[in-house]
Amino acid sequence: MYALVDCNNFYASCERVFNPSLQNKPVAVLSNNDGCIIARSDEVKKLNLPMGAPIFKWKNFCKHHKITVLSSNYPLYGDMSARVMTILEQFSPNVEVYSIDEAFIDLTGFNHHDFNAYGKSIRKRILKWTGIPTCVGIAPTKALCKVANKIARKFPKETGGVYVIDTDEKRLKGLKWTAIKNVWGIGRRLEKRLMLKGCKTAFDFTQLSDEWVRRNFSITEWRLKKDLEGIPTIEFEIKEIKRSISTTRSFEQAYSDIEDITERISTFAACCSEKLRAQQSSCHMIIVMLRSDRHKKNTEQYSASKTVVFSYPTDSTLSITKAAVEAIKIIFKKGVNYKKAGVIVTGLVPTNNHQLNLFLHENPKHKPLMSAIDHLNKKFKTTAIKLANQDLQRTWKMKQEHLSPKYTTKINDIITVK
Amino acid sequence: MTKSLQFFTPKTSNSTGAIFIDIGISAGFPSPADDFTETRISLDEELITNKEATFFAKVNGQSMIGAGLDDKDLLVIDRSLEPENNRIAVCFLDGEFTVKRLKVSDGGVWLQPENPEYPSIKITEENDFVIWGIVTSVIKKV
Repeated sequence: MYALVDCNNFYASCERVFNPSLQNKPVAVLSNNDGCIIARSDEVKKLNLPMGAPIFKWKNFCKHHKITVLSSNYPLYGDMSARVMTILEQFSPNVEVYSIDEAFIDLTGFNHHDFNAYGKSIRKRILKWTGIPTCVGIAPTKALCKVANKIARKFPKETGGVYVIDTDEKRLKGLKWTAIKNVWGIGRRLEKRLMLKGCKTAFDFTQLSDEWVRRNFSITEWRLKKDLEGIPTIEFEIKEIKRSISTTRSFEQAYSDIEDITERISTFAACCSEKLRAQQSSCHMIIVMLRSDRHKKNTEQYSASKTVVFSYPTDSTLSITKAAVEAIKIIFKKGVNYKKAGVIVTGLVPTNNHQLNLFLHENPKHKPLMSAIDHLNKKFKTTAIKLANQDLQRTWKMKQEHLSPKYTTKINDIITVK
Repeated sequence: MTKSLQFFTPKTSNSTGAIFIDIGISAGFPSPADDFTETRISLDEELITNKEATFFAKVNGQSMIGAGLDDKDLLVIDRSLEPENNRIAVCFLDGEFTVKRLKVSDGGVWLQPENPEYPSIKITEENDFVIWGIVTSVIKKV
């Protein structure tokens, strides 16, 4: 058996821990640079404020409904997430952190436990110790854990936040209740194709023949089907290595000068390279993208991206930044006001066992240089060392007009008590 | 007949000689502390029993001065501890955080300040009240 522990409205819940007056009130959290809504409390969901709504369009709506709108406070969410995940380690030796607010835990060999009571004790401890409410779904496979978790979340009164799928009857009931679009891993495209085939629920999906699924979809969907049938097929990944890393940002104002854009792209590329080295990966290619302001319909609309493939996998800031800057020179178009840009590194391989190219390889001087840079930047807790084409005097500040204090990571930001 | 092999008799020696011990040569007195190294005292270790449940807060005001909690003191708060009579707790009461001593009896729950100038507060159903965490230490600058 596995359990999926999912934090309810995680970002809003983190804010509420340190500002309990937001309890039971509508809270929305904005993306980096205060662009659009990325997290909503239940109260906001009920008001039908959509996910991803650009805030400037919904300002009056938020005011009218007294929605507390906050900038994203990632240092806070990151710390609270780490607390939750560490607590989970007390309940199972194998924890797969699936995202910032959810984790699978392996309950193999826990059959002597009352799973429902065990789930309740997980919930209770996390809530008491951190103040974060969670839901727990327990089932024989990961995909069924997702289903069980949704049931726990949807029916808090009946389930007490914990639902266990431990019989075939419960499994079938759960599958019939789950709309196809809510099935783990079924995106919009797949949903459309499955709807055409008459699949409205997860149950309908499991009634398709294995052969048809394999022929028409991929191995991933076949695995999902098996998992939903109760046969564990989707593997438990304890240490998930990201398949791609990206740094993309909307600017607080539009830029049209290539110098400005180049500087931003260099910084994003450096940031991606650093993240690559932190997880000991190297990348085969990078994608650089640029976009004008989509909300300004009267100005010229332009968006472009360029992929650069390396002849050998690299994690060097120098190589990656150089490629990114070259790509920007190709896709940059004069006279456009750019509002968003980004760098994505992909085709990741572990740095220590990638295939060597016979004739080309990374300049061996890069490796010690990179580790020296990482070491110094870590030591000084900032980007002390930068490339010369990154921002030097200029400070690009993220727009964070509604930022809550960093309650757990900055001593001057801790709560005060009377 | 040519001697293809030459035999030697081992020479036995009774002298004990010097014993070689491979610890490297240090020209000086070996550190007598080597066998007794311990990690340096850590206030984190001393003051925090449960890292995941521990948070900090700053005191604002004088209501708990009798318990040694002065203005601007730093409080170590452990959320995992159960609230009990006489413990000092950080509570959220009607829109603000407050630190007081908990008094629990059959008559109900009271928040008791430790300063005669402040009144005790009886918690009623009307209050928006949560016990947020239990204070375990006070850190003060002198």
